[in-house]
Amino acid sequence: MSTTASVGGRSRPTIVLVGHGMVGQRFLEALADRGLTATHRVVVLCEEPRPAYDRVALTSYFSGRTAEDLSLTDPGFIDEHGIELYVGDPAETVDREARTVTARSGLVVGYDVLVLATGSYPFVPPVPHKDAEGCFVYRTIEDLLAIEEYARKRATTGAVVGGGLLGLEAAGALKGLGLTSHIVEFAPRLMPVQVDEGGGAALLRTIEDMGLSVHTGVGTQEIVVGEDGAVTGMKLSDGSELATDLVVFSAGVRPRDQLARDCGLTVGERGGVTVDERCRTVGDPRVFAIGECALAADGRVYGLVAPGYEQAETAAAAIAADAAGAVDEAGQPSFTGADLSTKLKLLGVDVASFGDAHGTAADCLDVVYSDARAGLYKKLVVGRDGTLLGGILVGDAEAYGTLRAFTGSVPPVAPEQLVLPAGAGGPVQLGPSALPDEAVVCSCHNVTKGTIRGAVTEHSCTTVPEVKKCTKAGTGCGSCVKVLSQLVTAELEANGVEVDKGLCGCFTQSREELYEIVLALRVTSYRDLLDRHGREEARGGDGCEICKPTVGSIIASLAPTIGAHGYVLDGEQAALQDTNDHFLANLQKNGSYSIVPRIPGGEITPEKLIVIGEVARDFGLYTKITGGQRIDMFGARVEQLPLIWARLVDAGFESGHAYGKSLRTVKSCVGQTWCRYGVQDSVRMAIDLELRYRGLRSPHKLKSAVSGCARECAEAQSKDFGIIATSNGWNLYVGGNGGATPRHADLLAQDLSDAELVRLIDRFLMFYIRTADRLERTSTWLERIPGGLDHVRDVVVADSLGICEELESLMAAHVSAYRDEWAETINDPEKLGRFVSFVNAPDTPDPVVGFVPERDQIKPDLPLLTIGTRPLEGSAPR
Amino acid sequence: MTLAPETTALKVRLRLADSWFAVCDLTALTPGRGMAALLPDGRQVALFRDRSGALYGIDNRDPFSGAAVLSRGLTGTHRGRPFVASPLLKQRFDLLTGQCLDDETVRVATYEVQAG
Ligand code: SRM
Ligand SMILES: Cc1cc2nc3c(=O)[nH]c(=O)nc-3n(C[C@H](O)[C@H](O)[C@H](O)COP(=O)(O)OP(=O)(O)OC[C@H]3O[C@@H](n4cnc5c(N)ncnc54)[C@H](O)[C@@H]3O)c2cc1C
Ligand code: SF4
Ligand code: FES
Repeated sequence: MSTTASVGGRSRPTIVLVGHGMVGQRFLEALADRGLTATHRVVVLCEEPRPAYDRVALTSYFSGRTAEDLSLTDPGFIDEHGIELYVGDPAETVDREARTVTARSGLVVGYDVLVLATGSYPFVPPVPHKDAEGCFVYRTIEDLLAIEEYARKRATTGAVVGGGLLGLEAAGALKGLGLTSHIVEFAPRLMPVQVDEGGGAALLRTIEDMGLSVHTGVGTQEIVVGEDGAVTGMKLSDGSELATDLVVFSAGVRPRDQLARDCGLTVGERGGVTVDERCRTVGDPRVFAIGECALAADGRVYGLVAPGYEQAETAAAAIAADAAGAVDEAGQPSFTGADLSTKLKLLGVDVASFGDAHGTAADCLDVVYSDARAGLYKKLVVGRDGTLLGGILVGDAEAYGTLRAFTGSVPPVAPEQLVLPAGAGGPVQLGPSALPDEAVVCSCHNVTKGTIRGAVTEHSCTTVPEVKKCTKAGTGCGSCVKVLSQLVTAELEANGVEVDKGLCGCFTQSREELYEIVLALRVTSYRDLLDRHGREEARGGDGCEICKPTVGSIIASLAPTIGAHGYVLDGEQAALQDTNDHFLANLQKNGSYSIVPRIPGGEITPEKLIVIGEVARDFGLYTKITGGQRIDMFGARVEQLPLIWARLVDAGFESGHAYGKSLRTVKSCVGQTWCRYGVQDSVRMAIDLELRYRGLRSPHKLKSAVSGCARECAEAQSKDFGIIATSNGWNLYVGGNGGATPRHADLLAQDLSDAELVRLIDRFLMFYIRTADRLERTSTWLERIPGGLDHVRDVVVADSLGICEELESLMAAHVSAYRDEWAETINDPEKLGRFVSFVNAPDTPDPVVGFVPERDQIKPDLPLLTIGTRPLEGSAPR
Repeated sequence: MTLAPETTALKVRLRLADSWFAVCDLTALTPGRGMAALLPDGRQVALFRDRSGALYGIDNRDPFSGAAVLSRGLTGTHRGRPFVASPLLKQRFDLLTGQCLDDETVRVATYEVQAG
């Protein structure tokens, strides 16, 4: 079917964009910012089946991000600006005489301005059988889907051709899919473009430690195929053969300039549409090229997103100037080259390079620190006069944000102090306050420190999200967010803005700060804390319903370490607990309670099932299987709780903490023991974990699950910490959430042994408990804390803060001090005193609590609640 | 929290129309927590004791849900005045006036309480 749009009779000039990738989308935003979407008709031809998405984060698709999560195109944006977007309809020809573009569907669009943003295609070396079944490239969501499907169906081993940035990322992804992974790199080291020999060695060591096989200095000569035509291996240039079921080519990219070639535009010798400093093609002022398809004025094709964004802004500015009839181009933005700084997290290893990383400038010197054992390599390139010119960081790129911003200037401290580890004369914490205003803090969006300060001072932004929105800083790769948030806080404070991070009206401190106070000063009394550390006006008072349970929870989670009583209802702590914790049961709408005994991992014997049935029958309780793989009994009056629990404890049950902000359940699937697919004993692991973390008080409830294989029947990826078995051990996911705002968990670490898994969860949970806000689930916490998942991984896996030992010992103290709250309660007559409906009539039940039958069980008698619910006109106020 | 010996024998008393009704020993009230008491006419009162020792009594019914649970809420101080937050939906009530701090149209009954 062909549609022909009218070419003539245009009322508004038309801008046609070919290619809706990352740079194309940025170009549309730049047009909108300049008001050009209002004055022009904007038509976009998009080859892929979906609008622009975050290609940089492509690999996160394998760890659960969906195509929607990756989308860069806000659905409202296209409509709001009246942009005509044709998805799945690539441009096929351009007629520069007639000024028309014809798309595959037959659509013909006339243009006044044409912008090419067609990106690159992966280069596949011309080796025999390169197109065999089982050979892939790594560029689009469709590529990933195809790899995933093939890996699931018929591969156990995968090889990546190319050990550059993308190759490593692809190899990591294959490993994540459960394949034995190889990397074949022609150059003598990994990531030859970004790092030098020393950096390559540090990287190699770390990557091999992760179980990937690296073959450097060898080329791929032929893909070997079996009888069915599918890949079985590859022949290498050293004569050896590598057996593999799947091959991913990642041997570099080439600009997609065919469209430009076909319509006679100039292209470079090695490809790329030749453009000038305004991103205009040479020879046709109406045609622009931006992003990876463009050969920039400095003779280079940039394969990174940040330079592409700068080109998008440049082209939009030039188009705006043309539209305004400007004749003089001086003063307009221009693109004359860009910084190739990158910071990457590859397979959990930080790799960063910035400025003149390879030291090409005359007369420059290297300052190098290297510790191959720890996989660390840091090099700074310094000019004779002390100017920082560039550098490479492998294994620890903490200083990247600051160092990059100092590039081109003389840093205020000696360079070795910036790379040496603590204890050896460094590292000096170079605060962002030392940065000059011109320093580029966010290189993805080219935002300077001055602009960020301006967002606070002139645009009255008071939070990091506001500044991100206002300046775009931090919305690209995210590597600058830490420096960004330090700058924002510093600027707010400098402006005398009171940033009230206080927990509530009683404390100016955040939950995290209170935690630190309680831990450091071993505070075991809420009142002491309030009277000594509370807000002036709150001291001596009774606190409030927000800080009391918060502090109660902090004291409880630190109890064994600070010397407080572990029993949550002991002494003064009793007054701090929410009603559910106070009665160790969940309050229901009519004032009755529900009871949830712990059933670790969801595994239960017939005898115990019978006990639950008998108890429920004898006390007339409503029973229901919960969403957490256990059984809830509803409708108990407060005075019945101890009687019911006496029977449950006797039968070997203990509190399930359904009431606490603490560990709820660790769900399991049946796993290896019974299931034909299971690869580990998921039930045993779930039980072990549930018993280990039971009773742990935390900022919000904690949930977990363990699945026996990648089919994920236990839904581990929706849990605060979820575990999925692999043939080599366990993969640990964190930050998942069901509920109102579901979040897929992120992969924290892979192929862990039992001991490694437990150690990592210990650290993760204790770090969360220490730093999260009140009622902040791990999901929101992970999204809020500066540096996000990467930071958490640095802390709990790489021990970047040096606190892991402490975290582990805090957890060990919790585990050894655990006692069942209900067993303690029923054995202590004094504690039982509170379980009465009336202090002056202990045996009288609350008359408001009544039940009526439904489906052979009970339900609350609601009419009882409505009698006299309107407030009585009170007796005389005092 | 240790109680001074002379207070241990004290009774918590509640003022009804024209008499004082003895409810329980003062020691039965934990500072910062409440307890429910049943009145002869079937009404329920939530009794509280704050950290300074002051006593308060309000109707135990939570007017928003109808459940008799206010005695099980958390107490606190708001702008220098004592309050309890309902354990069900967290609305706060001034312990001296019974006024709901989160909905000015709602108020619960209050009682005069003393230890003696
Ligand atoms: C009983 C149960 C429903 C059922 O009949 O199956 C239940 C009942 C309650 N849930 Fe739930 N949730 C139950 C499983 C779940 C699940 C499923 C799961 O755990 O796999 C979820 C989604 C998973 C998740 O949490 O991420 C779930 C997400 C919530 C949420 C939303 C949390 C969030 O982060 O968005 C709340 C509200 C909250 O905690 O703030 C909530 C709160 C509640 C409360 C505590 C509401 C309340 O304050 O009264 C309910 C009281 C339980 C009681 O009285 O015993 N419940 N709740 C389930 C008990 C599981 C157990 O054995 O302990
Ligand atoms: C896995 C991966 C990881 C990466 N990581 C990083 C990183 O960490 N940092 C970094 O800076 N960069 C990274 N990159 C590179 C980055 O993604 C690119 O630099 C960026 O996407 C370039 O944007 P672009 O718009 O020029 O090209 P693209 O994003 O490729 O978009 C071009 C679009 O044009 C379409 N197109 C082509 N021809 C036509 C036609 N004739 N008609 C219509 N549409 C057409 C294509 O289908 C494509 O959708 C990574 C790339 C990959 C694949
Ligand atoms: S997750 Fe795997 S092992 Fe567990 S029940 Fe499902 S298919 Fe079986
Ligand atoms: S440097 Fe990438 S988002 Fe700022």
